[in-house]
Amino acid sequence: MTDAVSRLRYRCQLNQGADERREETHPLTWRLNDDGRPVFHKEYVEKDGYAAVRQALNELTGAQVIDAMKTANVRGRGGAGFSAGVKWGLTLQGEGMPRGYIVCNADEMEPGTFKDRLLMEQIPHLLIEGMILAAYANNARYGYIFLRGEYIEAARSITRALDEAREAGWLGADIAGSGFDFDIALHTGAGRYICGEETALINSLEGKRANPRAKPPFPGQSGAWGKPTAVNNVETLCNAPAVIRHGAEWYQALSGDLSDDGGTKLYGVSGRVKRTGLWELPIGTPGTELLDRAGGIRDGQQLKAWLPGGGSTGFLLPEHLELALDFDTIGQAGSRMGTGLLTVVTDQQSIVSLMRNLEAFFSRESCGWCTPCREGLPWTVKLLQALERGEGERGDIEMLDQLAIGLGPGRTFCAHAPGAAMPLSSALHYFRHEFEQGVRHETGPAHADPIPVGEV
Amino acid sequence: METAQTIASDGFVIEAADREAILHERDHYEEPQAACIEALKIVQRRHGWVPDGAIPVIAGLLGVSPASVEGVATFYSLIFRQPVGRHVILVCDSSSCFLMDYEALRDALTEKLGIQFGQTTPDGRFTLLPVCCLGACDRGPAVMIDDDTFGPVQPDDLDTLLEAYA
Ligand SMILES: Cc1cc2nc3c(=O)[nH]c(=O)nc-3n(C[C@H](O)[C@H](O)[C@H](O)COP(=O)(O)O)c2cc1C
Ligand code: SF4
Ligand code: FES
Repeated sequence: MTDAVSRLRYRCQLNQGADERREETHPLTWRLNDDGRPVFHKEYVEKDGYAAVRQALNELTGAQVIDAMKTANVRGRGGAGFSAGVKWGLTLQGEGMPRGYIVCNADEMEPGTFKDRLLMEQIPHLLIEGMILAAYANNARYGYIFLRGEYIEAARSITRALDEAREAGWLGADIAGSGFDFDIALHTGAGRYICGEETALINSLEGKRANPRAKPPFPGQSGAWGKPTAVNNVETLCNAPAVIRHGAEWYQALSGDLSDDGGTKLYGVSGRVKRTGLWELPIGTPGTELLDRAGGIRDGQQLKAWLPGGGSTGFLLPEHLELALDFDTIGQAGSRMGTGLLTVVTDQQSIVSLMRNLEAFFSRESCGWCTPCREGLPWTVKLLQALERGEGERGDIEMLDQLAIGLGPGRTFCAHAPGAAMPLSSALHYFRHEFEQGVRHETGPAHADPIPVGEV
Repeated sequence: METAQTIASDGFVIEAADREAILHERDHYEEPQAACIEALKIVQRRHGWVPDGAIPVIAGLLGVSPASVEGVATFYSLIFRQPVGRHVILVCDSSSCFLMDYEALRDALTEKLGIQFGQTTPDGRFTLLPVCCLGACDRGPAVMIDDDTFGPVQPDDLDTLLEAYA
């Protein structure tokens, strides 16, 4: 590969130097190298790696690990913010229950999200250590890392790290002399955003089409191959070692007065800012600080709106940047924290066009099981296309209002459709004038029937 | 005799190494069906795509129905059911890249290659496909060519970039 080509290569990088990252304050990233060189086994162990596994498996019960996760209040970093400790406490285990699975959700495909990639490429052993702790807490027999197929570099790092961990006795029988056994396999996907939904992911892992499953039963009751299964995001699992090593109180205190949620968060910014990228900061850090660190909006443009955590979260305004970026605060503001990676939209960018792009994504990625999602999304795209071209008709905006309600929570098997509804309803609320500008015809020929999924 | 030969050469024959790899994958899971996606990927790595004839062969190896393998093969976007070019270009069309002028990049690519999404250049060199967020949003617009991810890629970069893939 020539220099000119290799200059274009994507390199994943944290925007904080080693001088800022400390073991006491940056549980996820303090071990990373400034040059992005992955931390493999030797270096990981030198940097206190696997100490939490040794400690937990020999000194704590599984129930104590769960309690620590609850007290630390580690909330799911995949987007929904469900307490990891509470989830693990609900996994069926004990007398007469077969040992089940830990599944790491490494399908990262939420538009605007690029955080799990960093952890997997540069510090794969942290994930493995977190999965061992999760396995111990959930009494799981085996683990799978469900990695999206396009993450080639992450697959390389993880494959090497799994070999190293097995070699060093962190995986397999009698881990760290504790008598506990557990192993992990890497499963790489073959595309489709819906695989990230946890029950679709389990179907995909089982080699089936990735349609979500009806809940209940929840995976903790009946997951992969009908066994109790805990599905957690990469970043969630990567928090477990520090919680065990330094204690739940320490972890909870990392966010200080900023938030009731514990720990830090890998936040990020993409869009037209001067310095895009990733930062590990206390959870509850306000958006203003993130935008500051990103150097503000570039090209002389102004901030118009932002998505707090991916394409399935609701738009917020510049004034909301003051809010703590945590699950409850952003939820109260009418959006969701989602993955915590901000997408910024400037005053020179059209909300209607962006909505058309987002809904085309959701429409294409619908698995097609539920009617509102399968039929409603292509229709939404058609209306948005018309408005974007200035060919909207009177009633189109009201129809979009209805569609946003019809796609909303409680009407479909999974949260894909509600995820598509949230940016739409917030865009219609905050930027209605932009939609109104697209209405030209008072009346006109009715739009043709919704086109089938896959054709938009 | 002639007919028999035609049938044999037209029929899909799985390489011994691929058969081994698929049987090995099968042991990673509680049920053989689970190895289905990996089996399709193994065949695709060898042939570039998954020909129809491979479906019953994989089903036979895993002891599952051809219909279930076919159902899976048609669901996933990275399993190709038609021949593709020597190199597959995946262009991220998700929101962050969209906000960084993805559409200009897409237009430059389709014009330069003379094909639309889902098509292959007549010389069999490139296939062009859209893809969900590549997790490279901090450097959008992003594209992936075979196993390599690039970003930000501006229309001006395309000549240099494509040249690296003969
Ligand atoms: C359509 C859809 C896609 C999702 N994609 C992902 C994903 O790529 N990664 C992820 O961790 N969670 C994803 N989720 C959330 C998961 O369903 C689930 O909540 C998460 O894996 C639980 O882990 P956590 O509690 O550790 O966050 C998705 C959800 C939906 C509805
Ligand atoms: S909401 Fe959409 S993606 Fe989710 S199960 Fe229903 S059709 Fe499938
Ligand atoms: S939106 Fe294109 S890489 Fe994420």
